[in-house]
Amino acid sequence: MSAPPTRTELLPAAAARGPLVLEGHALSKDFRLSRGPRGSVLSAVRDVSLGLYRSAVVALVGESGSGKSTVARMLAGQERPTGGQILLDGAEIRPWAHRAFRSYKGEVQMIFQDPFASLNPVHTVGYSLRRPVHLHQRAKGKDAVAAELRRLLERVRLTPAEQFLGKYPHELSGGQRQRVAIARALAARPRVLLADEPVSMLDVSIRLEVLDLIDELRSQFELAVLYVTHDIASARYFADDTLVMYAGEIVERGPSEDLTQQPAHPYTQLLVASSPDPDSLDRTLATPAPMGAVRRAGSALSTTVGCRFSPRCPFADDRCRTQSPPLLPINSQRAAACWRLDVAAPELLSETGEERSVPMTT
Amino acid sequence: MTPAPAGAVNGSQPEQPPAGSQAVLEIRDLSIVYRAGDAEVKAVDHVDLALAPGETVGLAGESGSGKSTLALGACRLLRPPAVITGGSVIYRGSRVAKEGVEILDQGSRELRKLRWREISIVFQSAMNALNPVLRVRDQLGDVLDAHLHLKRDEKRARLETLLDLVGIPRDRLRSYPHELSGGMRQRVMIAMALAVDPEVVIMDEPTTALDVVVQREILAQIVELQKRLHFAVLFITHDLSLLLEIADRIAVMYAGQLVEVGSAEQIHNRPAHPYTRGLLASFPSVHGTRRTLAGIPGTPPDLRSLPPGCPFVPRCRYAAEPCRSIDMRVRPVAGSGAGHLSACPFVVPEPAIGTPHPQMSTAAKTAPEESRS
Repeated sequence: MSAPPTRTELLPAAAARGPLVLEGHALSKDFRLSRGPRGSVLSAVRDVSLGLYRSAVVALVGESGSGKSTVARMLAGQERPTGGQILLDGAEIRPWAHRAFRSYKGEVQMIFQDPFASLNPVHTVGYSLRRPVHLHQRAKGKDAVAAELRRLLERVRLTPAEQFLGKYPHELSGGQRQRVAIARALAARPRVLLADEPVSMLDVSIRLEVLDLIDELRSQFELAVLYVTHDIASARYFADDTLVMYAGEIVERGPSEDLTQQPAHPYTQLLVASSPDPDSLDRTLATPAPMGAVRRAGSALSTTVGCRFSPRCPFADDRCRTQSPPLLPINSQRAAACWRLDVAAPELLSETGEERSVPMTT
Repeated sequence: MTPAPAGAVNGSQPEQPPAGSQAVLEIRDLSIVYRAGDAEVKAVDHVDLALAPGETVGLAGESGSGKSTLALGACRLLRPPAVITGGSVIYRGSRVAKEGVEILDQGSRELRKLRWREISIVFQSAMNALNPVLRVRDQLGDVLDAHLHLKRDEKRARLETLLDLVGIPRDRLRSYPHELSGGMRQRVMIAMALAVDPEVVIMDEPTTALDVVVQREILAQIVELQKRLHFAVLFITHDLSLLLEIADRIAVMYAGQLVEVGSAEQIHNRPAHPYTRGLLASFPSVHGTRRTLAGIPGTPPDLRSLPPGCPFVPRCRYAAEPCRSIDMRVRPVAGSGAGHLSACPFVVPEPAIGTPHPQMSTAAKTAPEESRS
């Protein structure tokens, strides 16, 4: 086993809730491309470090293709990282390895975006729940299992439980299906819940309820939650800390409220400015014009040099185009990967008086 | 009950609905059902909606609320088992007879002339709406060929102008849809919809599948194009916060029925229907101070077994006995401006956003959860 990696110097807001449970350290994932120049490699995730703390929610925000789901899949043990480590309670673990996988699944569970696809349509709700109860809880006897199923359904507020056990997924609404998926994840009695866009396929009016439910379960079971989303507004309301990904890299991290109200990185600024503002009724649609002007998707090829956001960034200069900016602390809780913060977010730097010299990761 | 024209001769006051004769598209009392065997599901139930020239009307609702069925019905794009059972859709563009065209009476030849030329539609999923084996040039060209008689170089010039219009490099004319990003494909759809200067453009969740940054750019572009070309837009989405920003007027649908219509300002400041209020209190915003979010308890309705009276009753915190036999026609909201109509006569308008009713947030916590079976 290698020596424990150097901890980040940040003190995330999530750490105030409880101890570190699951940690991804300098995770990377490369995909070899069949097209393009020979041997070209897409680095879907590059050097991503994040910690999940007991009873806390950490949000991972980014556009489609930014690598946020790949990070969640690596943490779930479904994807093998090409670099970096996964640590459970401080000890390195290789969850993708066959033997470790099942016991790891007892600790770390995932819920997916599409509750229509994640539940097997030919099995009843009862079947979908009974499996993890057998596998992970080793529950003995019919009565014990039945009682456990009942408890699970009641916890996700699918009541009366008996009515739902015999139902098939197609008989349920989207919100109900997602609740079944959550109950199935809970059946393994995990300590970590990885939620990959858990509400984006649901109707607006029921999204909030499902998020509230996850939040309630978080506090009830002291779950460490990773909330993967493209919706930075929901991250603001739901997560203690928010990490923003762009083209496979973390570009900014910090307590959700600070980060959304005073974004530092130009990309976070763009995301926030692009979110609908229900209080703006004048049809002006304020678009940050200079950023909208150049639309080239952030390149995540391993050969890309410089900041991956630089082609779209209004503040980019020569250094941005040639050197990749490290994730540097802004204050004790926040960090951003940007060379031009003095121009992009001068008010943030003036608060702290230029201490951005120590790289966060080794 | 169609709202009486409120006196104004022109549409200078934005909060007024277009009086009947000025509307470029007028949907009156439209009903659409889906037939399954002997059963009928009412997808659109006696809906009135009008678009003034150059106006943007937002149509909000959840999946299954009938918003897309309404729009497709108005263009006669529905296929069985959907059947239009009543109502009228009148189009009054500048290129058709003054008294307008009854779309529901048109034969397929006439409809083909109207489509794209007078009323065009942008679908949600551009990948499915574009033909994957045709180049952008040929798909856009088809629309031009069907409606205009252009010489070869005129056509080429027009195609290039169209791409300029939506901000796609001209060399993309040779591309196939799969070679374009999602945002670009959606722009091609928009270019196609604008190709022959229609006066009404229906946009059915045109940006839902896109990232918020791209969504923003495309919306800004639509608003900009509309300023220049003066087409009316019917913008369908589940995202009410988006509509508040881009629409002049907003119509909210629930379970196939229109529950509220008003200007964006009226809907934002004085939402009258409890469902609209619930929607407004459902989405978090990244802007402004943190609000208490309430959401709406329960599940969206099952159209096969709607309760009598108001379909929102099972989820409504204000619901009372009279609601179960209420006539769901929209009526003017007392104390609000002209053009503000709601199907709920019982609730006094109060600002919902920012200051949700104290009881509303508790209602979300205590109400029975999705117990409908």
